[in-house]
Amino acid sequence: MRRAAVLGTGQTHHRTRRTDVSMAGLCREAIDRALADAGLGWEQIDAVVLGKAPDLFEGVMMPELFLASSIGAAGKPLLRVHTAGSVGGATAIVATSLVRAGVHRRVLAVAFEKQSESNAMWALSIQPPFSAPITAGAGGYFAPHIRSYIKRSGAPDHIGALVAVKDRRNGALNPYAHLRQPEITRESVQASTMLWDPVRYDETCPSSDGACAVVIGDQRAAESSVGQVAWIRATSMRTEPTFYAGKDHVNPRAGATAAAALWAAAGIKDPLDEVDVAELYVPFSWFEPMWLENVGFVGQGQGWKLVESGETALGGALPINPSGGVLCSNPIGASGLLRFAEAAMQVMGRAGEHQVAGASTALGHAYGGGSQFFSMWVVGRNPQ
Amino acid sequence: MNDVAVIGFASSATSVTTSGVETLVPVFEAALGQAGLERRDVDFWCSGSSDYLAGRAFSFVNAVDAIGAVPPIAESHVEMDAAWALYEAYIKILAGEASTALVYGFGKGTAGELNRVLALQLDPYTVAPLWPDAISVAALQARLGLDAGLFSERDMAAVAVAREDASSVEALLDRPYLRVPLREHDVARVADGAAAVVLAAGDRVGGRRAAWISGIGHRVDPQGFGERDLTAVPSASAAAADAGGLDDVQVAALHAPFTHQDLLLRRALGLSPEVRGVAFGSDPMFSAGLSRIGAAAGEVMSGRASVAVAHATAGPLLQQNLVCKLRSVA
Amino acid sequence: MDTLSAPLTIAFDYTRSLGPVLGRFMAGLRERRVLGGRTSDGRVRVPPLEYDPDTHEPVTDFVEVSPTGTVLSWTWTDRLLEGQPLDRPFGWALIRLDGADTPLLHAVDAGTAEAMNTGMRVRIRWAASPVGHIRDIACFEPEPVGLPPLSHGRCDSGGSPTGTSDGDGGAAAAPPVTIMTTPIRLHYRHSTSVEESGYLRALAEGRITGRRCPVCRKVYVPPRVCPACGVATDEEVEVADRGTVTTFCVVNVPFAGQRLTPPYVVAQVLLDGADIPIPHLVLGVPAAEVRMGLRVTAVWRDRADWSTTPENIDHFEPSGEADAPYETFAEHL
Repeated sequence: MRRAAVLGTGQTHHRTRRTDVSMAGLCREAIDRALADAGLGWEQIDAVVLGKAPDLFEGVMMPELFLASSIGAAGKPLLRVHTAGSVGGATAIVATSLVRAGVHRRVLAVAFEKQSESNAMWALSIQPPFSAPITAGAGGYFAPHIRSYIKRSGAPDHIGALVAVKDRRNGALNPYAHLRQPEITRESVQASTMLWDPVRYDETCPSSDGACAVVIGDQRAAESSVGQVAWIRATSMRTEPTFYAGKDHVNPRAGATAAAALWAAAGIKDPLDEVDVAELYVPFSWFEPMWLENVGFVGQGQGWKLVESGETALGGALPINPSGGVLCSNPIGASGLLRFAEAAMQVMGRAGEHQVAGASTALGHAYGGGSQFFSMWVVGRNPQ
Repeated sequence: MNDVAVIGFASSATSVTTSGVETLVPVFEAALGQAGLERRDVDFWCSGSSDYLAGRAFSFVNAVDAIGAVPPIAESHVEMDAAWALYEAYIKILAGEASTALVYGFGKGTAGELNRVLALQLDPYTVAPLWPDAISVAALQARLGLDAGLFSERDMAAVAVAREDASSVEALLDRPYLRVPLREHDVARVADGAAAVVLAAGDRVGGRRAAWISGIGHRVDPQGFGERDLTAVPSASAAAADAGGLDDVQVAALHAPFTHQDLLLRRALGLSPEVRGVAFGSDPMFSAGLSRIGAAAGEVMSGRASVAVAHATAGPLLQQNLVCKLRSVA
Repeated sequence: MDTLSAPLTIAFDYTRSLGPVLGRFMAGLRERRVLGGRTSDGRVRVPPLEYDPDTHEPVTDFVEVSPTGTVLSWTWTDRLLEGQPLDRPFGWALIRLDGADTPLLHAVDAGTAEAMNTGMRVRIRWAASPVGHIRDIACFEPEPVGLPPLSHGRCDSGGSPTGTSDGDGGAAAAPPVTIMTTPIRLHYRHSTSVEESGYLRALAEGRITGRRCPVCRKVYVPPRVCPACGVATDEEVEVADRGTVTTFCVVNVPFAGQRLTPPYVVAQVLLDGADIPIPHLVLGVPAAEVRMGLRVTAVWRDRADWSTTPENIDHFEPSGEADAPYETFAEHL
């Protein structure tokens, strides 16, 4: 298979309301940084892939159409990906396939969400006629599954708070993060309001405006790059239905299958040993131990122990979300691409204050829908 | 690089619900049956649909139920006509990431007021807040073509006669305008629908009947009304060139939601009058483009043509276009 | 069997942040002035583009153009749609304002289609109270014949087609508009499948029905295509209106679109006879006493209020039975 690599990444400053920019301006802030990071000009981009979650969030049907000129896609091929919360990851993977297919040399992947144009909770709570009026909100969908995890694994109550403290302090090292809370403590998290019992306020992601962009190139483009690139060693996507009899919401088969395929394709036999850093899609703090198990870093019921040992913090054996992750910034459509980009930044050695020393292999991970759409990639300092 | 072929196609002119699930189950069965594959033989699934057609967020998620994705599958979705989902699947096969794929599109176009909903594709700051309806916007393009002498209202009616095989040009021209210069026959009927196409890499085609994809191109034009000559379709012209040129094409399945757009497309694609058109009476949004590819493949697989072209469009005034060229031999 | 359907309206007032270019354009409208953006090719685009199509740089050179212009193309509509600029038949037109090189789309209040033609001269009719919104242009109207072109703002009263560059004063003095509000209201007809309609009609009779998958034999409530097998479910099965709480959360937070006042318990309830839980409210017990394995029974609304809706079941409450052992529902988590 042809090789592909990340040549450059860029992201916006993520905030609750980026009222200083339009949708085009938001995208361009990320794209301009990605092109600068890659040392490329517009004329070197062959195609654009845009990812975004539901159009109802911005109230524009297929916004890539009106954005085409502003994002440099006019006259070029333009694809619009939408795979729910995993869409940012899917966007990067589609761009990678375009390069691996030999169709394009350099592809721009960009994902954004401008949540402040409306209210995501409104858009997600639209109840079609004939449905039961049981609205619980996004946290209300996932909180029961977190309860199931706690029951099944015997995890102590404070694990969620430990993850929240780690990610928010990591976010304080990331200049682009929406929430930057260097002073946060386990006690302050546990004192925060219980929103969707067992999930507390400080254990949930914010609602953000933001964008992320990544330039992906072929082997020749990578080898002519001035800066270090992130070689894409493997990608993987898997899907299962939202609900089905016997569905495991704690350890979804689609996530486990995607990860197994990913490790096999990347030639990784012992992920915990061979992966230096991972950016996992953790919108509620409890999902860190759940995904540690689901992607196979540790066995069933062991995820919370890795968290409690401190090994997922910066300086630990497997730092998770050194950027602060989704818990610090959540521009929904871009959140997955941010995970993928942050993984790349780590192996490119360009993660700034949240750099994991010597990182040479990194995982980017995203999921969406009812824990049913999974996308992942492994990037490395070296092609193999 | 892998050769890629269409080996199965099925469609439905209905969609029971906005989720498409009930309609897609038999469509998948028919397309896979034609391809001689089982559900589990499909390496990659890809779909195209729109939340604004359904009137709610994440409307594509339920459609996955029609697949029976347990154990999990490799799958993706574009918020575009499923012709672009086919492009994504084609790329996966070219890249060697899959050997077979099932691509599907669906939409219940009649669930909402589509003519009004499509205003939300226009610039959200300076155009959409005026709620210009899609037929009116298309009428502005038609008049530009008429004023430039590119075609006449009679030419437009002739497109409709060929499509519907029902009336005479004279009878159609006697009818009142819907949005001057467009009459009812100039506007493709809004419809429900679903379609599925099965793709396979060359080494998986075996002895099956196949229509080989010799090239696909797709491009987008800027949307602003002053950013291109609205009677030209540069993205379609470029896509045709990307697909390898259309000089040797015998049959064309064009996705033109309006009669004048059929005429503009024929010019932009450089199709000679000898190129036979495959007629479509309606515009089942988000599966229409994929259906064109299925129909063009059908022309090739049946032996009615050795080279056929399919086209899909998206956005206002033919903003985004895809061209797929199919052949009887690899 | 006829399937049930019902209207669905989705509505939200979107708050569009404009950024520097569109913010300037809207600020101009608020002062009844139209600003174009000059791009690197020298063309004045109205509305301004945010980014130059050739250099990709932000557009910063603003030019005031005339409120009068020429119709390049037009149509006529007498089928008015919600939200459109006029409440009587009107023309849509592509209008190139004097001083601009590109057309904008807007409505023309011309009275009749016969009054419209390509090349006709039109001028802006301003809204009574402009706020910094594209709707500050109420519409266009035919320019009276024989009168000199309307002079306005800093535009050359001679109708110079070049427009006036915006120097340090003038339009630059108006602070950009930050946000414009755009109401979006859409109407749909939501249809149900044959299976769902049967389920809803049974609910109207106080029964809960599911369907069994012919392949995996699992019972789905509400009935649907079996998502695990991808086949239609055929055999109708009546299930109990009591079951087991598999898992749950306590909702303490208010949010947009919410229909109940927090706190309340939303639980996954596995009805006896079904193979998939449904989400529902558990009331009649303090939230702190709800637990995994709790046995619950449906509390129906008054029979007189029943119709084809799941709302016939108001909520679930404890049935008083002993809790179900974890193993009996562990595979449904």
